[in-house]
Amino acid sequence: MNAAVVELWPYLLLIMVGFLPNELWRALGLVLARGLNDDSEIVVWARAVATAILAGVIAKLILFSAGALANIPLGIRMGAAVCGFLAFLAIRRSIFVGVIAGEIALILGGFAFAP
Amino acid sequence: MSAHEISQPSPAAVFFAGVKSAILSVFFLVLAGTYIGIGALAHDYGFSSWWLALSSILVWAAPAQVILVSALGTGATPVEVAIAVGLSAIRLLPMVVALLPLLRGPKTRLRDLLLPTHFTSVSMWVESLRLLPGMARERRVAFCNGLSVAYQGTAVIFGFIGYYLAAGVPPMFAGALLFLTPMSFLVSTARNARHLVDRLALALGLAVGPLLAHWQVGLDLMWTGVIGGSLAYGVHRLREAVR
Repeated sequence: MNAAVVELWPYLLLIMVGFLPNELWRALGLVLARGLNDDSEIVVWARAVATAILAGVIAKLILFSAGALANIPLGIRMGAAVCGFLAFLAIRRSIFVGVIAGEIALILGGFAFAP
Repeated sequence: MSAHEISQPSPAAVFFAGVKSAILSVFFLVLAGTYIGIGALAHDYGFSSWWLALSSILVWAAPAQVILVSALGTGATPVEVAIAVGLSAIRLLPMVVALLPLLRGPKTRLRDLLLPTHFTSVSMWVESLRLLPGMARERRVAFCNGLSVAYQGTAVIFGFIGYYLAAGVPPMFAGALLFLTPMSFLVSTARNARHLVDRLALALGLAVGPLLAHWQVGLDLMWTGVIGGSLAYGVHRLREAVR
């Protein structure tokens, strides 16, 4: 391969296997949303589907973690998420409180039960 | 009447109101932390910092970027990576469908919606669904663009910071940064779920998602959305009918 191709290969990969498969869904959404009103029933359903998928993503990120998060034991990741959620419910439904509480629980748990 | 029209802020002013709202929101901190984590990840797998910045602008979805970097970095084939990224991004379709009708005003053209469509991501979606209903329709697109540009800028800048900090990030801290995504998604989705249908969808998705993934059902996230979302919607319709 010549030098220019080697240099540009990661960027080509980024477009082909990162940008396009991701953007496809946004483009489809743009097409399907044409003519819909924000009080139409299908939009309520779409929001419910989006919320359920998002919940699935959340659960998968916690249960089947990748990268550095995978080094922290599963029980600690789950416990930390529960702690964060309970703190969020208890203190003014604040996202900030929930995220900070979850993070503190994760780090404390990680240090306490470090393998 | 005319006094009201004079007091209409310019599109630039509305755009910067969006920028300000982004910087003052909790997602500013969440994105900063998340992208420090992704920056460190990109560094560890040998990508360039400019490649990461471009991926933040073009892909603009933290879970997809984590998959992209770690899968390419561990030598998965391009087809495998494309499928994994595409499957992780299915949520963007119903998110766009739920968002655009809220953004559209009487004079909105299709091309005005192209940028907000690309900008659609959890942080922007959650904030838009929360803030737009209380805002005049003609301001919504400019506000949303300001919000999104500020969030993307945050991601790009902190991606660079994480990239160059990478060697100094202890593993426990790196794990904690990657935990920001699920933790913030969870509480922000819960806060936005004010109606029964959204709360049910959240709870059902949390339960159904891991089950389908565990059973290795193909397209598990799509089915999580269709099953969890439709069940929640069905219960909502039943309740309306009974009332």
